[in-house]
Amino acid sequence: MTSVSQFQVDFTRFLDPQGEALAPLPDFAQDPAVLLPLYRAMHLTRIFDSKAIALQRTGKLGTFASALGQEAVGVGVASAMAGEDVLVPSYRDHGAQFLRGVKMEEVLLYWGGDESGSNYAGPRSDFPVCVPIATQVCHAAGAAYAFKLREEARVAVCFLGDGATSKGDFYEGLNFAAAWQAPMVVIINNNQWAISVPRERQTAARTLAQKAIAAGIEGVQVDGNDIVAVRHAAQQALDKARDGGGPAVIEAISYRLGDHTTADDATRYRDAEAVEKQWAFEPILRLRNYLLRLEAWDAKREEQLVKECTEAVNAAVEAYLATPPPPVTAMFDQLFATLPPAMQAQLDTALRFENKQGGGHG
Amino acid sequence: MAELNLVEAVNHALAYEMEHDPAVLVLGEDVGVNGGVFRATVGLQARFGPARVLDTPLAETAIAGTAIGMAAMGLKPVAEIQFSGFIYPTIDHIVNHASRLRNRTRGRLSCPMVLRTPSGGGIHAPEHHSENPEALFTNVPGLRVVVPSSPQRAYGLLLAAIRDPDPVVFLEPTRLYRLFKQEVADDGEALPLDVCFTLRAGNDITLVSWGATLQEVQAAADLLAAEGVMAEVLDVATLKPLDMETILESVTRTGRCVIVHEAAQTGGFGAEIAAGLAEHGLYSLLAPVRRVAAYDVVVPLARLESQYLPSVERIVDAVRKTMEAS
Ligand SMILES: Cc1ncc(C[n+]2csc(CCOP(=O)(O)OP(=O)(O)O)c2C)c(N)n1
Ligand SMILES: [Mg+2]
Repeated sequence: MTSVSQFQVDFTRFLDPQGEALAPLPDFAQDPAVLLPLYRAMHLTRIFDSKAIALQRTGKLGTFASALGQEAVGVGVASAMAGEDVLVPSYRDHGAQFLRGVKMEEVLLYWGGDESGSNYAGPRSDFPVCVPIATQVCHAAGAAYAFKLREEARVAVCFLGDGATSKGDFYEGLNFAAAWQAPMVVIINNNQWAISVPRERQTAARTLAQKAIAAGIEGVQVDGNDIVAVRHAAQQALDKARDGGGPAVIEAISYRLGDHTTADDATRYRDAEAVEKQWAFEPILRLRNYLLRLEAWDAKREEQLVKECTEAVNAAVEAYLATPPPPVTAMFDQLFATLPPAMQAQLDTALRFENKQGGGHG
Repeated sequence: MAELNLVEAVNHALAYEMEHDPAVLVLGEDVGVNGGVFRATVGLQARFGPARVLDTPLAETAIAGTAIGMAAMGLKPVAEIQFSGFIYPTIDHIVNHASRLRNRTRGRLSCPMVLRTPSGGGIHAPEHHSENPEALFTNVPGLRVVVPSSPQRAYGLLLAAIRDPDPVVFLEPTRLYRLFKQEVADDGEALPLDVCFTLRAGNDITLVSWGATLQEVQAAADLLAAEGVMAEVLDVATLKPLDMETILESVTRTGRCVIVHEAAQTGGFGAEIAAGLAEHGLYSLLAPVRRVAAYDVVVPLARLESQYLPSVERIVDAVRKTMEAS
């Protein structure tokens, strides 16, 4: 008998939870000018999340999925992307979206029930968030193929969760992108939970990264709470994909510190103590510890930053709350490039009943 | 007898059948420890064990596909799809296998499974959580499509669906899950499939609907009664196979009919009923049959949801027009 295939999955961590370097750091990690914007972006994401949850609790926002504890994944990856790359996000990736130029009020509009929140003023080619789990992997593979065909130096960057790796679309998308050697980078945001189902019951596979290997793609693991490791791995994958090296998969191991969404109550299925322990590993604390070691940070600047982020979030909330509901015509006006004449009668009915409705629909 | 809301009635029906038939099992995402995101399966895993109440990996294709394998081998799986917007990956298995395994094997193998899902809008849910896919399934030969409209009917029809020897798609109106309670005798009595239920007798016009929109239809019927228009209200309950006989009997008496449904109008199930009336009841009609359905638009996000769902006002308007015509 001969062995015809073997595999290995590498795990990378640069900073330990105390912010101490465990290995020689990549160049960018020595430069506070690079790190401070990342630190700010993670803070902004967390402050945005807590504000969004408060809005939902007071009936001013719909269901919302917070990224609490996973801020380094979105921020680390998006900070390595080029502007002309395309983000193909899941519903928990607003941290990445903000760095791409998506506005906070747009994200609020979306979760507040207005499609115009997906009409990003900034990144015009980025995909809207994807709710049907894992379907976006196929879209990313197709987008990457378009870049390859037109010989554009762009990469499609796709996010999905640990649970999402159980779906066929994930495997199928990876397989296509690899068969085409298309420039796609897939980030598995392994926060250990898919609503109530823990990672170990999602799959018998030892790692999620190894699922890439079956498709002929290199799969690596990084500590998703170490933004240096996330950004470094993302940069390598992006550079390789941009240079025609084909797709890559990064499994970023993090932890969902909050409920799945505001509609969820995680105390029903997981132990509060186990969650509490995870706070020691969270990414903002870790980068702060490192910045303190670099003497690039102090309490005063921290206070200033939190204040500034809070003001930015509050301004976005005000803009969101001041946005009137869309008119009834909004259901029709982007259905097709031009409204087919056959739809006119329905539009007329909708207009005739506009705002005279609502009986029984709480 | 207990006062139950619709989701509790579903839970009781599942528990009753699991208790009395060891072949019944429940599978789906978050149905075990968490009891389902709407709590339809709450307590079942603690009571019947994780081997009969399975928290599956996240994959609707495999939920439907493995249910078919189980059903063909003598189990009676009740598979939950977390929201109707995520039922589409099951369609390959439902159309190509579940609905035709009996026919393909000349009855040697069959597929006694239930695919249940919360369906429809009205709870201000996020994107892809408010769809009503009923018409996709009513076009599939070999499939039963059932939509309960109350706790009692959810209990009795779900029991019937589980006991039925063929596959059933069971669409539970999300908006009704906690809207009201009813006395439900948890006695294991099933209701008949394949028949319409008359909710209200009247001789002036027949209002045909099912599921959540029966709320608006009943409210409209109340308003119309105050104007002296006595509407007969029919709950179709099993869309397929359709009990056209009950509808025709009613329309023969009233001569007028308005069909109300929450799914989009074009290719919607209302068209099938209207066609049945045109084919078999034309000479008793005193006015054209009208439909009140959702517009042929993508289900909007929450802020336009109330403009999208068929309202009492639209139903009353359609009835008045139907009464005026002659
Ligand atoms: C196809 C599909 N099935 C079910 C759902 C409902 N749902 C939303 S999130 C979720 C769990 C996803 O877990 P994971 O992929 O780990 O991502 P996370 O939410 O943890 O970021 C489920 C089952 C969905 N959105 N899409
Ligand atoms: Mg997860």
